[in-house]
Amino acid sequence: MRIKTLVALATAAAVLIAAAPGAPAARPLNVVATTPDLAALARAIGGDAVDVKALAKPTEDPHFVDAKPSHILTLNRADMLIDGGAELEMGWLPALLESARNTKLAAGAPGRVNASEGIHLLEVPTSFDRSRGDVHALGNPHFMLDPVNVRTVAKNIADHLAKVDAPRAAQYQSNLAAFLAQLDAKLPQWQSALAPYAGARIVTYHRDFVYLAERFKLAVIETLEPKPGIAPSPSHLAEVITAMKAQHARVIVVQPFQNRRTAETVARQTQGIVTDISQQPGAMPGTDTYFTLMDNIVGKLAKALSEAK
Amino acid sequence: MHSLRFTLCVGALFLGTSALDAQQSTDSTARAAAPARAPGAYMNVSFVGLTSAGTSTARDLDRLQVGDHDPRVRGFTVPNAELALDGAVDPYFKGFINIVHKLDAAGETGVELEEMYVLSTALPNNLQLKVGQFFTEFGRHNPQHPHSWAFADAPLVLGRLLGPEALRSQGARVSWLLPTPIFAEATFAVLNSAGGTAAPFRSEESSLIHGGTPIERGVEDAKDLLYVPRLSTSFDPTSTQTIVIGASGAFGPNNSGPDASTRVLGADLYWKWKSPTAHQGFPFIAFQSEVLTRRYEAATRFWEDDGITVLPASTLNDVGGYAQVQWGIKPMLVAALRAESLQRDDNAPVGITGPDREDRARFSTNLTWFPSEYSKFRVQYNYDHRNALGNDSSIWFQLEFLLGAHAAHKF
Repeated sequence: MRIKTLVALATAAAVLIAAAPGAPAARPLNVVATTPDLAALARAIGGDAVDVKALAKPTEDPHFVDAKPSHILTLNRADMLIDGGAELEMGWLPALLESARNTKLAAGAPGRVNASEGIHLLEVPTSFDRSRGDVHALGNPHFMLDPVNVRTVAKNIADHLAKVDAPRAAQYQSNLAAFLAQLDAKLPQWQSALAPYAGARIVTYHRDFVYLAERFKLAVIETLEPKPGIAPSPSHLAEVITAMKAQHARVIVVQPFQNRRTAETVARQTQGIVTDISQQPGAMPGTDTYFTLMDNIVGKLAKALSEAK
Repeated sequence: MHSLRFTLCVGALFLGTSALDAQQSTDSTARAAAPARAPGAYMNVSFVGLTSAGTSTARDLDRLQVGDHDPRVRGFTVPNAELALDGAVDPYFKGFINIVHKLDAAGETGVELEEMYVLSTALPNNLQLKVGQFFTEFGRHNPQHPHSWAFADAPLVLGRLLGPEALRSQGARVSWLLPTPIFAEATFAVLNSAGGTAAPFRSEESSLIHGGTPIERGVEDAKDLLYVPRLSTSFDPTSTQTIVIGASGAFGPNNSGPDASTRVLGADLYWKWKSPTAHQGFPFIAFQSEVLTRRYEAATRFWEDDGITVLPASTLNDVGGYAQVQWGIKPMLVAALRAESLQRDDNAPVGITGPDREDRARFSTNLTWFPSEYSKFRVQYNYDHRNALGNDSSIWFQLEFLLGAHAAHKF
């Protein structure tokens, strides 16, 4: 009786297997990005072949992400890691990788994408001196707001995806081509939206908009931080106010995690316009992709600069 | 992390043929490319200096403050000056070295090799090996260096039950990241059980626990080594909260007799909330608590005071714990509260156990300000109650600075 039951079960299993449609599709690659902007690029290029997670929240300061155990688990099970590579994550990523014990993500491995590779970094210090604040030794790491840099990063991601997942290389290259075509179309639009304000002077909280400013011909004349990583002091804010008045700068850009009240204090004395802009997709409504993010940023900047004229 | 020496690598980039590519190539050739690390920069170097000042109503500061890096001097002192080196050894290991200088109560400088170990980077099956001398992964506080502490001093329960220099020794530790849906890690360390860094085991100062004269006890077989297992798990109840729970044990011989042994058990809990719009990691609230119990099987031994009187075999039990809350009020400003308790839990007659086992409690509060990531000021008030000695108040000031490589912070 027992043998008959086993035979019946085996037969049923065989029938089920035979009835199953073809070979199962390859599972999506687990791709982890340190920040949401890098994750957005990975989603655009990987499409439905990748499952992408970002470690940093879009609304938090990416310099100070907690190296919490859930991130260790995420990295342990990842097929690919995309990090900025310019020390933005140096306060937390090395500790996570040390515990994640995933050789696929080792420096130099196909599964490790250094997003800054091939990027010309700005503000590279010629000497290392922390009396000038927390200056990143490799240069300013906030390079993703320059669409030209994003082109390089996108290619870099596509190349690594093709190496890690060769059977779907053509799919990644196709997605890359579509992404770059859209980028080629969008950049002139963004440039023309900001062209009327070429040379306009703006103030930011941190030195996190210098790439955007350079690409779109704006000038960051001051930051609310006296030096990178150092809290604004009354005497420095007085200098900022003086500079803004002297140079007719009225737009102050702050990110969601930065102290808006400090910006408002300065704005009150300079007839300034505080503009909330996030560098990360998802922090503001309707900014889930790189293109919607840049549309949002360019639109807000153009509006603020227009009002400031 | 970055190292101290860099060199400039000048190059031009040319990545394609579109309008955007052309724009980039023009930009790239006009400017220098990012610097690369110098060929000699294979190692990160950093230095942490900690100075303390303060005073207390207690005269016996060496007994009031139980940790080796605690402020234990009226006036000024340097409880910790730490040189840290680390880097990749090869594709298979990373190496870590911590050399600590500290001043004692008389102002004399002591130097110790605090940690020196290699950590595997390429073992299969989610395994990781650590070999050398290292802070043992027992609970949350024990593996932390002083610059990571939330208070100026170590929790009393760790100083008494694990020892003033924390539990760290020479040996090997294997860690396994379990294939579970949430984070779970099992670690198991096998260590030497001798010396002041394994105080409740074969320490020359074990008479502080059992009151007798320690015997010479070497390593004859496996039971003379120290075994430290730990299991920890963690999950995020919401996107802004994280909980870590752990259980640890330490099992080894002690030198009150040839077959005597010690068992320490601990449980730990950590909860943290951080704002979804945190700037420089602030604001946040973190709660941390550990409870430890130690069962010290003291053998029949000679009383250390006269060397003649025979003390009977007895089981010496100690239990204690602490709970602390940190509130990261705004960027670079943290307030903290801590409550601690230590109790004897045995019937051994007073006088034949060591002198440092009285019941006591401590309440602490402090305020820490970080002018930058690389320096901090702290002021702390301690209220101590010791059953045998009464109440004391202490105030401590700290200034700490970091030079060199920016270390990544563990959770």
